Amino acid sequence: MSILVGKDTRLVVQGITGREGNFHTQQMIEYGTNVVAGVTPGKGGEWTLGVPVFDTVKEAVETQGANTSIIYVPARFAADAIMEAADAGIELIVCITEGIPVLDMAKVRTFLDQKDARLIGPNCPGLISPGEAKVGIMPAHIHKPGKVGLVSRSGTLTYEVVQALTDLDLGQSTAIGIGGDPIIGTNFIDVLKLFEADPDTEHVVLIGEIGGTAEQKAAEYIAKHMSKPVTSFIAGRTAPPGKRMGHAGAIIQGGEGTAAEKIAALEAVGVKVATLPTEVAELVKASMG
Amino acid sequence: MKLHEYQSKRIFAQYGVPIPNGEVATTPAEAKAIAEKLGGRVVVKSQVLVGGRGKAGGVKLANDPAEAEAVAKKILGMDIKGLTVEKVLVDEAADIKQEIYLGIVIDRAIHKPVFIASSEGGVEIEIVAKENPDAIIHLPVDPLLGMQDFQARNLAFDLGLRGKLINQFVKIAKGLYQAFVESDGSLAEINPLVVTGEGKLLAVDGKMLLDDNALYRHPDLEAMRDRQEEDESERIAREAGLSFVKLDGEIGCMVNGAGLAMATMDIVKHYGGEPANFLDIGGGAKAEKVAAALRIILADPKVKAVLFNIFGDITRGDEVANGILQALEEVKTDIPMVARLVGTNEEEGRAILQAANFPSASSLSEAAQMAVTMAKGEQV
Repeated sequence: MSILVGKDTRLVVQGITGREGNFHTQQMIEYGTNVVAGVTPGKGGEWTLGVPVFDTVKEAVETQGANTSIIYVPARFAADAIMEAADAGIELIVCITEGIPVLDMAKVRTFLDQKDARLIGPNCPGLISPGEAKVGIMPAHIHKPGKVGLVSRSGTLTYEVVQALTDLDLGQSTAIGIGGDPIIGTNFIDVLKLFEADPDTEHVVLIGEIGGTAEQKAAEYIAKHMSKPVTSFIAGRTAPPGKRMGHAGAIIQGGEGTAAEKIAALEAVGVKVATLPTEVAELVKASMG
Repeated sequence: MKLHEYQSKRIFAQYGVPIPNGEVATTPAEAKAIAEKLGGRVVVKSQVLVGGRGKAGGVKLANDPAEAEAVAKKILGMDIKGLTVEKVLVDEAADIKQEIYLGIVIDRAIHKPVFIASSEGGVEIEIVAKENPDAIIHLPVDPLLGMQDFQARNLAFDLGLRGKLINQFVKIAKGLYQAFVESDGSLAEINPLVVTGEGKLLAVDGKMLLDDNALYRHPDLEAMRDRQEEDESERIAREAGLSFVKLDGEIGCMVNGAGLAMATMDIVKHYGGEPANFLDIGGGAKAEKVAAALRIILADPKVKAVLFNIFGDITRGDEVANGILQALEEVKTDIPMVARLVGTNEEEGRAILQAANFPSASSLSEAAQMAVTMAKGEQV
């Protein structure tokens, strides 16, 4: 078992004929993901990697029964691609693209509130349920099936922790990168809720970083609603303050978003916070026995 | 990207926000001429991209053109937090009865633009937020609908404005929102928005930050960029599409992904080293980008060792390896380096480095320890 993606996933790749889209489609197919369609406007009727290409997501849904989409289109077209997928009835949209203007994402999120679609990302590595399906760009071979659920704001840092878990023979139920942009579709709490309800996830790893208050909010949620143990790592303990955050930004975030604040909030609700990425795996191992 | 006060206010004015009459001067004589043209009292304001200009002595009143010239002479060339003042804005001095704060930012939690307003303007809004949080009003705006009149009216009443000021405020708030949206702002701020002795609202100071990801559709705004905003290496990095922050240590770091880049810095410190920089080469970096990143790192004379930490995904190990070698052909250096290359196409990448006798490590901890040892000038 797993969350969000698995054996029932029927994937459409938006931007399948692009360089990155094509390379990663091949990798996803090799992993066993059921890629049922690709979309590139103007290339409908072609085939690539044994997958039929359509002009629109709507056709991919109607003809191939796609229920999940992954987006590799360039930043200036990505907001439109997300809305197209949601409008076509896709349930889970994973947007890999980085660099989407934040006001475009504000509009997209408001549009999605009126649809039944869940968005993961943008600017994220996607998600993988080891042994079932990979909908993303992560290197598959570092994962193994198991009972640890991972959720992270970072991409490559997640792989670091996954590798450490796998090295200690701790498999994963699902590993999700939710993305590092100011506006994202799915947050820590949404994913914690899913892991708490998933019978095959026994332990949850939450990987955060400096900026904002997402980790503090997750800590509040963990205290109230999580029965499963949570282990964490926060990147940026040594980062210099104030490099990215604007003036009034700090107010609305309700704090500077330092690693120390986040670690304190998590430890206060019983979450073990590792000092090094590899230490996460040791803490999980000790907890699971 | 940051805009100067005069640039921000000119943009606001294009959207119907009233600003004081004024012009920019680069010499004391120009400041005098502007003051003569404006007549009466003026305020001479340094245009540098940092806060706290007033406290640093970079904002001064002048009663007549001769005084404006004298004040401009003092301010031009002044150093404010490491930046040299090259321009001053000479504005008509306002007759201030009340000061209001009005700003717009993106609220990550509710994923909408939100107005922040306070009747306690003219001071740093962070201080108001800390000492008197009840004095701050938050008003989210639906990005699909935009700012509505009734919302602007509510905001005006909540700020305690009455009478003719209400309609003036509605026009200003809607104008500021329009400026924010159409410029792809990440911050638009009027502080203070003053009520004058004549009962008029006037945007005396303004500030805008722009979303770097949206600059491709605003070449006119991009052209306003002040080279002083960032140091030389940060500018080269931005132009190469790299995310780079210069630090003070001796170990140069090149990493893919911001989270991993920060974790790499943390680990370098954990093993007793000091990172020389934060550098994220981004997703899908090709050889040329890696080469540009290495040149930027090596341009820092403090760097004693370089650590590459690449966990391949959309970034591929072989392309990074080729980039490292390509850069080393151009930039001859004796600085020791170590690479930790895993993930997508890791075997291809490692083979390329091995063939060139480039030191590599299998784990991040090992790579960090090697880099710390190398930086001390010891053998690994």
